[in-house]
Amino acid sequence: MADEALFQFLHNEVIQYVNSAESGDTENGRCVSKLENMGFRVGQGLVERFTKDTARFKDELDVMKFICKDFWTCVFKKQIDNLRTNHQGIYVLQDNKFRLLNQLSAGKQYLDHAPKYLAFTCGLVRGGLSNLGVKSIVTAEVSVMPACKFQVMIQKM
Amino acid sequence: MSRQSNRSTDTKKMNSELFTLTYGALVTQLCKDYENDEEVNKQLEKMGYNIGVRLIEDFLARSSVGRCQDFRETADVIAKVAFKMYLGITPSVTNWSPAGDEFSLILESNPLVDFVELPDNHSTLIYSNLLCGVLRGALEMVQMAVDVRFAQDTLRGDNVTEIRMKFIKRIEENLPAGDE
Repeated sequence: MADEALFQFLHNEVIQYVNSAESGDTENGRCVSKLENMGFRVGQGLVERFTKDTARFKDELDVMKFICKDFWTCVFKKQIDNLRTNHQGIYVLQDNKFRLLNQLSAGKQYLDHAPKYLAFTCGLVRGGLSNLGVKSIVTAEVSVMPACKFQVMIQKM
Repeated sequence: MSRQSNRSTDTKKMNSELFTLTYGALVTQLCKDYENDEEVNKQLEKMGYNIGVRLIEDFLARSSVGRCQDFRETADVIAKVAFKMYLGITPSVTNWSPAGDEFSLILESNPLVDFVELPDNHSTLIYSNLLCGVLRGALEMVQMAVDVRFAQDTLRGDNVTEIRMKFIKRIEENLPAGDE
């Protein structure tokens, strides 16, 4: 089934819509947070359905591994390429060929637009983690497309 | 990773759920942004149209379906190839008008509404209106102007979901002005 393509088209439309609905000076921040919120809800739903028959996670790292492997494979058809942590609640997930940036030109020209294409995914991860009992802040950065890094900061409860 | 084995089987289902949930998030957002359901319906149709005009290319590339001889063939391709490919369902094609320019797609199940219930205050919302836009957009790119609308919807208590499609005209290719 080719529904991946469908998701990508839908994702692009969502970005397009949110972006056109928010205009003015604060436009970019508002747009990103709206997308992030949408992703959050989707992440919650996905993880809930995905983990309903599985064993309990051992610890935080186990949860992160799950996000990097199973979750990422399902959503983006590949695993996270690199996971780093400082063992103090900060994790960096690196994807060298992030699917939602893959359709954009790899040069510097559209680098400014990258945050819009990552916001939904940030929310997806935050929502997923939140439903697994891990409260976090997720941000993303891109230096060279289509590679990107997601930074997950765990909020201790 | 002992856990992996029982999860991998779910991958396919997960993927359609990703789409379903994302679509749900979008409709929710639209309902927040717009005052009335008509506006939301219109916006959904427009977004569908934008998807359709791009999707047709993906479709033609993947399916290697050739030119259709008539509208009946088009209907079959939409139901048996396109819907199957993108949504994993095969609607039935029925209720042809005598002139052969209008038919219905009957969807036994609609993946878009898997987790959806319409609240009472959104009784005029056409939740899956995106599909109409997609069909209209995609067919426009192959020179067919069509009118697409929902005739029945399980979300509103009907037994099946019915999409009614009407052929309007063949779009002639116009050369840009001043181009020979």
